[in-house]
Amino acid sequence: MQLQSMYQDIILDHYRNPHGRGLRDPFEAEVHHVNPTCGDEVTLRVHLDGDTIADVSYEGMGCSISQASVSAMYDLVIGKDVTTALGTGEQFMRLMQSKGDTAVAEELEDELEDAVAFAGVSKYPARVKCALMSWMALKDASARALSTTEKVN
Amino acid sequence: MTQTVSRPAGAHQVPLPLDVEAIRADFPILSRTVRDGKRLVYLDSGATSQKPRSVLDAERWFYENINAAPHRGAHQLAEEATGAYEAARATIAGFIGAADNEVVFTRNSTEAINLVAYALSNAATAKEPEFRRYAVGQGDEIVVTEMEHHANLIPWQQLCERTGATLRWLGLTDDGRLDLSDLATVVNERTKLVAVTQQSNILGTINPLGDIVARAHEVGALVLVDGAQSVPHQPVDVAALGADFLVFSGHKMLGPTGVGVLWGRYEVLDALPPFLTGGSMIEVVRMEGSTFAAPPQRFEAGVPMTAQVIGLGAAVEYLQALGMDQVLAHEEALTGYALEQLQAIPGVTVIGPPDTVARGGAISFTVEGIHPHDVGQVLDDLGIAVRVGHHCAWPVVRRYGVPATTRATFYVHTGYDDIDALVEGVREAQRFFGVVPAVTEGGAS
Repeated sequence: MQLQSMYQDIILDHYRNPHGRGLRDPFEAEVHHVNPTCGDEVTLRVHLDGDTIADVSYEGMGCSISQASVSAMYDLVIGKDVTTALGTGEQFMRLMQSKGDTAVAEELEDELEDAVAFAGVSKYPARVKCALMSWMALKDASARALSTTEKVN
Repeated sequence: MTQTVSRPAGAHQVPLPLDVEAIRADFPILSRTVRDGKRLVYLDSGATSQKPRSVLDAERWFYENINAAPHRGAHQLAEEATGAYEAARATIAGFIGAADNEVVFTRNSTEAINLVAYALSNAATAKEPEFRRYAVGQGDEIVVTEMEHHANLIPWQQLCERTGATLRWLGLTDDGRLDLSDLATVVNERTKLVAVTQQSNILGTINPLGDIVARAHEVGALVLVDGAQSVPHQPVDVAALGADFLVFSGHKMLGPTGVGVLWGRYEVLDALPPFLTGGSMIEVVRMEGSTFAAPPQRFEAGVPMTAQVIGLGAAVEYLQALGMDQVLAHEEALTGYALEQLQAIPGVTVIGPPDTVARGGAISFTVEGIHPHDVGQVLDDLGIAVRVGHHCAWPVVRRYGVPATTRATFYVHTGYDDIDALVEGVREAQRFFGVVPAVTEGGAS
């Protein structure tokens, strides 16, 4: 059975016990992203302290991959500056485009921490978008938050 | 594993009307394996059907022997291509009890519905008085239902936005049927057209069209029936239906992709302006302006999908040889068995009518504690192809308070072994995700 390669224990753990779930104040930007082909949704807020991501809070519904992905992302980006966090997002995108190439997963293991467990998802093109939805939402929300704080400053 | 499932005692397997093994031998794709050598259990005919060899052969025959543009040119190939194209039209028209000149070929049901929707707004600005009869404008109303596929919803939303007309709709009951309690007020003197599906692609519900058609015609409204999920699976006769339009897609009824049908009552088609314009839909062309051909050519601009039309003709002949009464009875038997087996699994909820009364073979369900995508992934790993998501009927899943469903759909090659594989697959998903149905309260969801 190939299923275990996608549904790593780390992914199922994040799915069952998501980190950072729930919408919190304060925040500078809130975005709502949907996956129109399947109806998965995430509402995501970003709170910045200067250029640093102080909090990411979210609510959503969707499959185990989409929900675990946002939880693993939460662990990766809190306390990082926006540029570094989005750079990590770019590396996660590379992982998702790796079509199961283990060399890519090994190279990214340190940077992506738990999120490297999503390498198995990259073998299933129909599910890649599930894993990427939260990162797209973060990119969108961060850009909006930065423009908001810049206006204030 | 999927082949050696023991059935619980009391399972009701009536003898199937169709010879599943013989039919499977006609479908080359059913002999391939998927996901490391597993038999393909194809339960996604509602999205698109597989094709028997005779359909594939018909397309190849066309290209190898008579390929030419029909209704153009006077050489022998053009004559033969035109003859085969029109012969297929006659076969397809006969399949639904229609006259040949009432059958318009489109790309699919979606395009057929858009053709009508754009004709109704084009009618409002037509320079020809005879094309203005069915014009839709401010103060007019279009009626749909909450059960519609997006293909029979968005074109009407857009028509209303273009014309200032108002969109109204019939709602759904908790058991997955149309709520007709307010039919007499929703369909009223302002209604210009009622668009309704004959069989829901997500709930499986077969709708009581007689009441709707009677009310619509009482107030002078047109009726468009979406037959994308009914024409492939049950006998449909346009005279008995009593509607003004019927649309269906070739690829869902064993035919090729790229060909669908708009049937319209000739009197209505003849009063509609064109949707797409260009070659071969004209009568006289001058630089200052043009006049248009009679239906169906008025609505078939450009060189048509000739090979696909001929392939669809072969698909219709294949279905006619089986007999549509037999196809319907076959799917009824499968649906009854599948409903019984799936609903016997703790944690499984069927979204739609729970029994076979006025219901076709599209079964949507949820599995408590497992998202439909994850159910579908486990099934896929076992070689079972189902559809997951909102099935292009987002308002329906919203109505029933679920984010998405897993959907199994049946056809002529489906057997009890396919359903047993599905049922065992659902149980495997519950095992894989550690969902013990009796204690899933508060579990992952």
